[in-house]
Amino acid sequence: MLKLVTKNVGIENSHTLSVARSHGAYSRLEAAFAMTPEALTAEVIKSNLRGLGGAGFPAGRKWSFLPKDSPKPRYLVVNGDEGEPGTCKDKIIMIHDPHLLIEGIIITCWAIQSHKAFIYIRGEYDLPVEHVEQAIVEAKAAGILGETVMGHDFALDIVVHRGAGAYICGEETALLESLEGKRGWPRLKPPFPAVEGYMRCPTVVNNVETLSYVPYVVEMGAQPFADLGSERNGGLRMYSISGRVNRPGVYELPMGTPLREMIYDHAQGVTGGRALKAVIPGGSSAPILTPDEIDVPMDFDSLAKRGTMLGSAGVIVFDETVSMVEALKVIIRFYAHESCGQCTPCREGTAWLEKIVERILDLGGRPGDVDNMLRISRNIMGNTICPFGDGAALPVVSCVTKFRPEFEAWVRRGQPVTTLPVREAHIGEPVAAV
Amino acid sequence: MPKITIDDRPIEVASGTTIIQAADTLGLFIPHYCYHPGLPVAGSCRMCLVEVEKAPKLQIACYTFVTDVMVVRTTTPQVATARAAILEFLLANHPLDCPVCDQAGECKLQEFYMQFGRYDSTLLEDKTKKHKQLPVGPHIMLDSERCILCSRCTRFVDDITHTHELGIFNRGVHSELLPVDGAAVDNAYSGCLADVCPVGALTDRDFRFKVRVWYLDKTDSVCHGCARGCNIEIHTNRRRNHHNDGKLIARYKPRFNAQVNGYWMCDAGRYSYKQIESPDRFLQPRVRGADGRVQVCDWSTALAAVDESVTRAIAAHGVSSAAVIATPDLSNEELWAVRRLCRDGMKIPTVACRCPADPRGVEDNLLRKADTFPNSFGAQRILEATTESELTVASVLQAAASGRIRLLFVLGGGLTERVDPAHLQQALAQVDLVVAIQSHHSILTDLATMALPASTYAETEGTITNFTGQVQRYWPAIPPLEESKPLLDILAQLANRWELPFTPREPELCFAELAGQVEYFAGLSYRVLGWEGVNPSQRTTSKSTA
Ligand SMILES: Cc1cc2nc3c(=O)[nH]c(=O)nc-3n(C[C@H](O)[C@H](O)[C@H](O)COP(=O)(O)O)c2cc1C
Ligand code: SF4
Ligand code: SF4
Ligand code: FES
Repeated sequence: MLKLVTKNVGIENSHTLSVARSHGAYSRLEAAFAMTPEALTAEVIKSNLRGLGGAGFPAGRKWSFLPKDSPKPRYLVVNGDEGEPGTCKDKIIMIHDPHLLIEGIIITCWAIQSHKAFIYIRGEYDLPVEHVEQAIVEAKAAGILGETVMGHDFALDIVVHRGAGAYICGEETALLESLEGKRGWPRLKPPFPAVEGYMRCPTVVNNVETLSYVPYVVEMGAQPFADLGSERNGGLRMYSISGRVNRPGVYELPMGTPLREMIYDHAQGVTGGRALKAVIPGGSSAPILTPDEIDVPMDFDSLAKRGTMLGSAGVIVFDETVSMVEALKVIIRFYAHESCGQCTPCREGTAWLEKIVERILDLGGRPGDVDNMLRISRNIMGNTICPFGDGAALPVVSCVTKFRPEFEAWVRRGQPVTTLPVREAHIGEPVAAV
Repeated sequence: MPKITIDDRPIEVASGTTIIQAADTLGLFIPHYCYHPGLPVAGSCRMCLVEVEKAPKLQIACYTFVTDVMVVRTTTPQVATARAAILEFLLANHPLDCPVCDQAGECKLQEFYMQFGRYDSTLLEDKTKKHKQLPVGPHIMLDSERCILCSRCTRFVDDITHTHELGIFNRGVHSELLPVDGAAVDNAYSGCLADVCPVGALTDRDFRFKVRVWYLDKTDSVCHGCARGCNIEIHTNRRRNHHNDGKLIARYKPRFNAQVNGYWMCDAGRYSYKQIESPDRFLQPRVRGADGRVQVCDWSTALAAVDESVTRAIAAHGVSSAAVIATPDLSNEELWAVRRLCRDGMKIPTVACRCPADPRGVEDNLLRKADTFPNSFGAQRILEATTESELTVASVLQAAASGRIRLLFVLGGGLTERVDPAHLQQALAQVDLVVAIQSHHSILTDLATMALPASTYAETEGTITNFTGQVQRYWPAIPPLEESKPLLDILAQLANRWELPFTPREPELCFAELAGQVEYFAGLSYRVLGWEGVNPSQRTTSKSTA
């Protein structure tokens, strides 16, 4: 099976420059520098490489939005905040192949003509930070970064910035605020970062994984890369599969791989041979799917058509023993805890929803609670500053709608509907903080 | 210019205008919390959501810029639902302690709930607890449970005063507005925080619990604290005598004037209302008898005494030994009346208004001016334009100290703060007859041979001219206190006794006469001045640049 960004995982000391170089690191730079920035951007557009941080925006198109005539400096900001519950892919690249990321950054900076890049790394990620910083030091010493990148008349500096542990700082404008030393509150848009980003200068924000595929677009050529995936969803991507499966882990698979195949082949089926109850396909913000909805190609457009999203491709599997009410409590508790609190509906709504679910689980449910949860969620949706609000409300709406009898039963009888024991520890653990 | 319609009403506005601004020009109100026209946009409360045709979801009116042929609707069921939803969210953790909240009656949560909320509560949960009754500065009390986190106050201290004392801490529903690092909110404009806060989270410690706001009456006025002349409202308590410590004036609030003060006023001006009903007010005429003893008397006795002694002094020493100090504390009308009576009528050659600088004066680049007189600009135009030599109060006092002045009138306050008291005392000691017409007790009223109580600007009507030349009206908020009288009345009565020509004593007619005589005020009238005032100097400069 073809692997690209995970190719070097498992090779001893793959994060060091010498080992990385012997496995191809920086070998695509010359080809990239041989292209004009415009041609390079066009190539990435043609490759159908999508933003893999969550929104799936075509990477090359985002680059092309930078204003052509701005006298201000341009920045590349690499999003390594990886906070979406169920997602643990970027850290694999940062730990095992940081030089691949740096190579992607160099090529991207050439394409957007930026001379400074920031890598914003999740605060809890000690080892990724260590490896990325070490890789930058080594690359600088080897003349790969600095005043003349690999002897070319092109300067590039990369700065690592550690987050302080807020999920919202993964949202690109909150990330920029945080990077500027301010409170991580998402900005009003427009202006978008491409026009006014870091320090109000044109900025491209891309996910770690997105940028790590860029060297492969150069190496393979746009069309062959695009052909690896599905329509308009080029290449491969990393799927973090967690929950009740026999072989949880991060899988690099072609875009559009069917969800069923992921669960039953790659992850080797549901734990203990139990029946599947539900799947979250793209991180906790993605609406939940029921077992009859899993014959779906895992790419951005196919999932959007099914009313859910690929997001960060954090696949979370629930088996028949899981109480959906408890599962939803874990999810909504996360959102209530992580809401930045800037805008009213999200700040108040997420906390309210959490209190209702907790009350239901404390056997204090009241008739009308379930409808009220739906009403509150819909009052959040579409009314907030940033997509966090929708990301918090959508899972509630989908879970409550699709498993309504279970919620009603809790409210009525104050009893869990599942007869099989619930593994408390498993449900209680935050799924993303691996 | 984009043409748009809001609720089927067409309007053409400049591009770069937001929907809320466009609606405002149509007189259409879109409810809002975080939006404040004097502050940068935050777009966070989401109260101003409106429907924009072709947009996939509701848009915030405060940060959605108009585009050509945009169609906006503010009365659809979706908008109504969203407004009620936002109110429901805002009140979900609000303590609902209106009965003991000083904001009640002018609280935007109360107002909007009644206008746009009116849902039945479905809330069964406990509320988040936060700080209550936390003094955060000399003038401001914080109740963070009532705070709706609109960030108006943080934007005020960040972008207007640049003092950064307030911040929002913690996350989500635990977000809390608090002073940064325990800082005291002690900037020169801190009272404005109680104005910008739309709810009862930041209240004015000076005003708290004095009187319910619905008992207050409002009179437009102009602050007399410095040469800026910030437009204010004087809030008076006439309907509940036992409230507000038995006083009439409860507070000053800034009144918007784009030319002068925008939305703000400084704390010194805000709390200067205390001077109006202060124990320092001079409220009874007083005359010093032949034995040197001071006696309180009624007006007719006092006026007769002034009449007689002034007439005698002028007859004895000639008018050239008389002098008048009229401070720029006086209104344009009062200064005009002084000029009419003293210079034109009595022919006193020395009428000085130019005082030494106030050592307490502070200047910054927001509002405060170092000149703490409200009407220096007007005084110079009215009194100095016709004087050959530039007369200063200092030179008058010097002449007095050297015994060259036998009769001295001192009209208007502010002198004792600017002149060394020992020097003043020494100068006045050399003058046979000192007639002081004053609103407040001072060594002047103590040393004067005759002292007459004048009403302040809060009790009278008039105009003042600020340092840029803006001529602004103020209105009487309370009747003259006790025996005090408007200066125009006092001077009119003296003119009457001396059978001298005088200006009409009604401020409006007096101003009309002034406008006819003094070039600067030409063409102005009370009607022309309106609520915001007019700046003739800008009128001419714009003409000359055109
Ligand atoms: C609440 C929220 C959290 C997010 N967290 C992350 C994150 O942890 N990592 C990430 O790469 N993108 C995250 N995003 C998406 C970013 O805003 C942005 O779209 C992305 O970094 C752009 O890079 P891409 O185009 O390469 O995906 C988040 C978005 C939202 C709304
Ligand atoms: S939606 Fe939530 S996370 Fe986003 S700005 Fe509003 S409060 Fe913050
Ligand atoms: S204290 Fe008042 S002005 Fe400040 S954020 Fe809270 S509600 Fe807004
Ligand atoms: S007034 Fe527009 S979001 Fe607050």
